Amino acid sequence: MTLSRRKFIAQSVALGCSAAASPLLTPVTFASTPGENRLVVIILRGAMDGLDVVQPYGDPNLAQWRPNLLAGEAAGSIDLDGFYSLNKGLADLMPLWRAGELSFAHAVSTPYRDKRSHFDGQDLLENGGGNADASLTAGEDGWLNRLLSLLPDTHVETAFAVGRQRLLLLEGAQDHSIWSPESALNLSPQAELLLNRIYASDALFAETAQMAMELSKSNEVMAMGGGRSGPTKALAQFAAEKLNEQSRIAAFSIGGWDTHANQSRGLGNALGQLSEAILTLKSGLGNNWQQTTVMAITEFGRTVAENGSQGTDHGTGGLMIMAGGALKGRKVMSDWPGLDEFDLYQNRDLMPTSDVRRYAGWVLRDMFGMPLSDLGNVVFPGVDFGDSPGIIAG
Amino acid sequence: MTIEQGFINANRFGYGIRPNETPFSAGMLAQMQSPDPADTALSYPNTEDRRLALVALRNIRRDTNRNSPEYKQLRQELRDGVNDDFRRMLLRPMLSPRGFRERIFAFWLDHFTVAPKQLNSRILQGGYFEDAIRPNLSGRFADLLKAAITHPSMILFLDQTTSVGPNSRVGQRRDRGLNENLAREVLELHTLGVDGAYTQADVRQFAELLTGLTVTLEGVEFNQAIAESGGETILGKTYGDGAASLDNIFEFLEDLAMNPITAAHLARKLAVHFVGPDPDADYVAAMADAYLASGGELIALYDVLLNHKAAQVPLGQKARTPFEYMVCCLRAVEAEADTIVNLDSRALVNSFQAPLTSMGQRPFFPGGPDGWDQDLLAWITPPTLAARINWAGTLAQDHATGLDPRQLLETVLGPLAPDDLSFAVTAAETKWVGITLMLISPTFIRR
Repeated sequence: MTLSRRKFIAQSVALGCSAAASPLLTPVTFASTPGENRLVVIILRGAMDGLDVVQPYGDPNLAQWRPNLLAGEAAGSIDLDGFYSLNKGLADLMPLWRAGELSFAHAVSTPYRDKRSHFDGQDLLENGGGNADASLTAGEDGWLNRLLSLLPDTHVETAFAVGRQRLLLLEGAQDHSIWSPESALNLSPQAELLLNRIYASDALFAETAQMAMELSKSNEVMAMGGGRSGPTKALAQFAAEKLNEQSRIAAFSIGGWDTHANQSRGLGNALGQLSEAILTLKSGLGNNWQQTTVMAITEFGRTVAENGSQGTDHGTGGLMIMAGGALKGRKVMSDWPGLDEFDLYQNRDLMPTSDVRRYAGWVLRDMFGMPLSDLGNVVFPGVDFGDSPGIIAG
Repeated sequence: MTIEQGFINANRFGYGIRPNETPFSAGMLAQMQSPDPADTALSYPNTEDRRLALVALRNIRRDTNRNSPEYKQLRQELRDGVNDDFRRMLLRPMLSPRGFRERIFAFWLDHFTVAPKQLNSRILQGGYFEDAIRPNLSGRFADLLKAAITHPSMILFLDQTTSVGPNSRVGQRRDRGLNENLAREVLELHTLGVDGAYTQADVRQFAELLTGLTVTLEGVEFNQAIAESGGETILGKTYGDGAASLDNIFEFLEDLAMNPITAAHLARKLAVHFVGPDPDADYVAAMADAYLASGGELIALYDVLLNHKAAQVPLGQKARTPFEYMVCCLRAVEAEADTIVNLDSRALVNSFQAPLTSMGQRPFFPGGPDGWDQDLLAWITPPTLAARINWAGTLAQDHATGLDPRQLLETVLGPLAPDDLSFAVTAAETKWVGITLMLISPTFIRR
């Protein structure tokens, strides 16, 4: 959006803001873009159990914590490197692994600690701040929005939030687009004029409706020919189409990771959604896949021990998933903390040995040529990015 | 009270104006202090009826199979019952002159969110609305809390059926253990709030205290075989030292309800929900103090909520949620009960349920146990605003062709209507476009 969506609250209550000055209300031409590289960020809401997705079956302690949640061969999982095995729910991604287009960072977390609330955990994950109590950075905006402020020649469609769910990740002072593939807006020209008139004195409504009108017109075909695909597939398809046009950054969410009970079934479903999303992005992006990195991140991991109901409870250290043709992939990056009782965080959770923002920072640096010092000042304040983990090719 | 303040209250604390409705003249607080005739006028299957229906469904499945006509027929009837629950959800606030009471009902329903995971839970959910939440809107918070936490819907939603005391008989014999989900959410969402002074150890101890509470097709029960015995120390106090029991759980819930941190959490949440995201500190403190001084009475909270001077600030910091919006639109165009009662299931989905989903609020399925977003910005996004505009246009075409938009604007928004809206409504080429403009105006969508 053109103004900070957060600022709208104050402005629109005062009703003092004129939408006439908005660049969205006049035709915009997109002359240049911030390069050809593409980034997709997927927020996995509900806390994915990293230990059951990339299973450290080579760690002798794993089986003792998880008598029912199996790993390795016993679970029908696929060996990755002799130490880790991949949950069979992601089996369809094995061709990507073999092609070097899939990587993982294990035992990672945000700085959020101890309260283990999904909602605070997700806010901090999207905000990118560094406080253990999940209090947000001063702007209360999203780190992907702050990234836009560092990119040259951005425009309103450079970054796209896809879906109906709000994404703090992209909220903030920088323009961005928000649309959902199945949405449409039908207004006669006369009604459109009157609508502009009654929205003129309310910046939030004016800008939101303007974007709805424009995106509805330019995405009409998509709204018609959706076919019978799952909701996540539709999001990924739409994201791919936008990235093939003028967008370079897209973000959406996948839920269903809060597996307190019968984890194998719930996690299987969620992994199916994620796998389908990644494969849909790959096929939809065509040659552009070679210049794409997909990052899937979650608010925290889950308990090392399974709970009383073949599930796991809220934990700390977790897993980050990366895919894309731009990757120098086929790695599970980790400073593995071990699973001995004394290795665990508070005797219950996987000890985080690295910050998820460190890996995300290197992806941003490699994809958009951004100095780490800028990233440390603006996008992920105060993070020590350390040495390159070697995620991206070239 | 000025005329304008009357309009503000109807929108801030109610579901807006329904023209020609006889207002509840005794005032908003009084809506909570006498029985609502609609409670008995609209009959519904209660939780026990629903449980018996699920038992019958199981028996038919056992005696025949999943493909038998008898099984399919009962299953279909129960699915239709879920649609009736949705109809009731829309009809009550649409037709009730007790708008504040209906908004308070929606508030607590959201505070104690349950989201069904499978058909059984969907069937029970309507019972949760009517039997756990609605009868407890104006008594003590502790009673509302106990009713919500021990209803089958909540027990199922937050996995309490799977939590077993590690040292209980079943825990020992079958190597089963705790599931923390319900314990955590009661502390984080229902009582103290995430900033409250509790630790992971408190969550764990509370989860142990909750073991034994479970539900089967025979109903809610306290099962000693899965209960962790011995005392549990939570927030510095020990509960139960002999046999585990439901009474121990209730004793802790009573203490939680009277915890000053809970009082502050509830007060703030009410202020944020009804007024705006950054509530006046004195408003919140006055609500919490009144609540504690009364011994935990909800009426004490509502009294300050309605009558403190901070409740009189101008409208506009909030957006009506899509469900609120739908009800307010239906009321504004004076939709009659048969608009909803006579729709078949398919039409109900197309006209109401699918549009709610497009507006970002899939009915009965909040994203998580924290309920729906309270932030204006979460609701006013390009795809979801487009869905509101489309739906309001359809409603105006279908239901409001006989109404004069200028008159309706005067009745529904009165002094709240800004000049540009009055102009646009007059300039519309048809009546229904004029009415649509009113319904999609910022003045109508904000509250």
